[in-house]
Amino acid sequence: MKNFLQLKKNLKKDFSNLKTLKVAVLGDTATQFLTQALKGLGYDNAMNLEIWEADFNQIEQQVYDLSSELYQFKPDVVIVFKSSHKLLGKYNKLKPTEHQSLASNELELVENIYSNITSNLDAKVVYYNYTEIDDSVFGNYSTKLTSSFLYQLRKLNYELMTLASNKPNLYLCDLSTIQNQVGKSNFFQPSVYVSTEMVLSIDVLPYVAHKTIDIINSLNGKFKKCLIIDLDNTTWGGVIGDDGIENIQIGSLGIGKAFTEFQYWVKKLKNRGVIIAVCSKNTESVAKEPFEKHPEMVLRLDDISVFRANWENKADNIRQIQKILNIGFDSMVFLDDNPFERNIVRDNIPEVCVPELPEDPAEYLEYLYKLNLFETISFSNEDTDRTKLYQIEAERAKVHEKYTNEDDFLKDLNMLSDVQSFNKFNTPRVAQLSQRSNQFNLRTIRYTEADIHNISSSDDYKGFVFSLEDKFGDNGLICVIILKKEDAHTLFIDTWFMSCRVLKRGMENFVLNTIVSFAKENGFTTINGEYIPTAKNSMVKDHYINLGFKKNDSLFTLHTKNYEEKNNYIKIKK
Amino acid sequence: MNTIDILSEINEIFIDTLDNEDIVIKEETQASDIEEWDSLTHIMLVVAVEKHFKIKFTSSEIQSWNNVGEMVKCIQSKGV
Repeated sequence: MKNFLQLKKNLKKDFSNLKTLKVAVLGDTATQFLTQALKGLGYDNAMNLEIWEADFNQIEQQVYDLSSELYQFKPDVVIVFKSSHKLLGKYNKLKPTEHQSLASNELELVENIYSNITSNLDAKVVYYNYTEIDDSVFGNYSTKLTSSFLYQLRKLNYELMTLASNKPNLYLCDLSTIQNQVGKSNFFQPSVYVSTEMVLSIDVLPYVAHKTIDIINSLNGKFKKCLIIDLDNTTWGGVIGDDGIENIQIGSLGIGKAFTEFQYWVKKLKNRGVIIAVCSKNTESVAKEPFEKHPEMVLRLDDISVFRANWENKADNIRQIQKILNIGFDSMVFLDDNPFERNIVRDNIPEVCVPELPEDPAEYLEYLYKLNLFETISFSNEDTDRTKLYQIEAERAKVHEKYTNEDDFLKDLNMLSDVQSFNKFNTPRVAQLSQRSNQFNLRTIRYTEADIHNISSSDDYKGFVFSLEDKFGDNGLICVIILKKEDAHTLFIDTWFMSCRVLKRGMENFVLNTIVSFAKENGFTTINGEYIPTAKNSMVKDHYINLGFKKNDSLFTLHTKNYEEKNNYIKIKK
Repeated sequence: MNTIDILSEINEIFIDTLDNEDIVIKEETQASDIEEWDSLTHIMLVVAVEKHFKIKFTSSEIQSWNNVGEMVKCIQSKGV
């Protein structure tokens, strides 16, 4: 992790080619350094954060005055940082009889700030939770006393989580965890606080900036989707090829415990929807043996989506894994105890995140916790099924190889698609897919659950959600269309994105047929589409041309009058 | 450590922290003599000097120096 000075040096670099994002910072303590750290770290994340910083301690004034600079600035993200020190100051001024209502009063204030911002701006709110201060007035008894400061602070942090789980555009940045990880003496420097009103030490600024940028990256669809693990001395202790299955270290004894706990962590990630792949220098059958037979292994073969164990170089193996999963290298994390292998992967595929695992396996987990590699802004039930989906895909690929005629293969798949409008059941998944899809995404406009909800209740829009199943299994929701009614005759395809899992199945044709029949039924004669290039979506640059649209300036146009149904082998699921 | 040695060590810290290769500090140098030295970067300098010499300044010390020489004396008073 870069230190503050290194981040600050980024400020002199050229931001002109980077994606611009407008961020407002509202704080009740001095935030200049935090702003510099965010801006500098933004550069390392290919973002030009255009930051507007409110004057010191002006949160309420800015939020409640609709003509304030905040609203004129029109930020994409509003960061609100109310410090524990100011909270303590408030508590100190209250009459003792009022102490026990501190948390509920403060929570009400936060809720008001949130609703004012989000009802007047199209912005996400990032709220910093409270780092713990025990004023030691009651000692341990403060945990039994509702009016103690510690009790009220912890209550507030808890209630904030409840609030955030109910407010789709409220994201908590967990400062409290950072203080737990680095320790209060590193987080907070009293002499700096007294001289400057800054509650973050110089050393902790990069941590806070990282935790904040993690949320912003996630909001922009940049997050990790896949964890690739090495086996020997990463997943278990020892070398399976030399030591044999009975001698590898795993289980409750000694160093084995470190590996068991590591495996539980990986398993939880898998259950959360992170794809787990193995990349190991081993003979495949030998490498698989512990997964099949060792009684104390936590991870089993059905937790692993792609298993690569051979003697080829690891960079090539990771390229193979990428091909099968069809996700970006920048969404992959590779964990390996061997510095040599790590460097090979870093040198050959710099986009892959390769953490510098500590030498001692006992340190692995604490180190990984601090890195916060797997930030996300959503979670749905479908996440938990993802491993299965990729395993089915591998199965499908095997069968596919046996067919010489593509049409025969597609016919035999018995594909069925369920076509729905947006509803409360599919909205979370639609929003999530909107954040995840990068490659087959024509305009890459990101929508949150709240956005999708607004679209589905607007008369100017029509949304379609497609799922696809076949004889191998259900791919679930794989394609989303948002049509905007431009005038009585013209529809604009605001959004078309599709999961890369279902490429080359005729889904594009099926979807276009659906769009055109909707257009015809509702009297639209013209359909316009647009392609907005990003670093990742070049696979769809000729999408509309391939579907018979004609280029028309920056748009692509299709007239519904002479449209002929496009061929495909997908039936509508009744 | 004598004044000249401390001056040369903190000169490096000034160059690095303020990101200006041309800085040459003397005992009589004041914040107003160096463009990048303001109340915010002052804190960065203080923290960097503390780290370098493994010492801690009190908050009144941080606000008391009128020039580099007084900062050096303060460093020496902590046994450096």
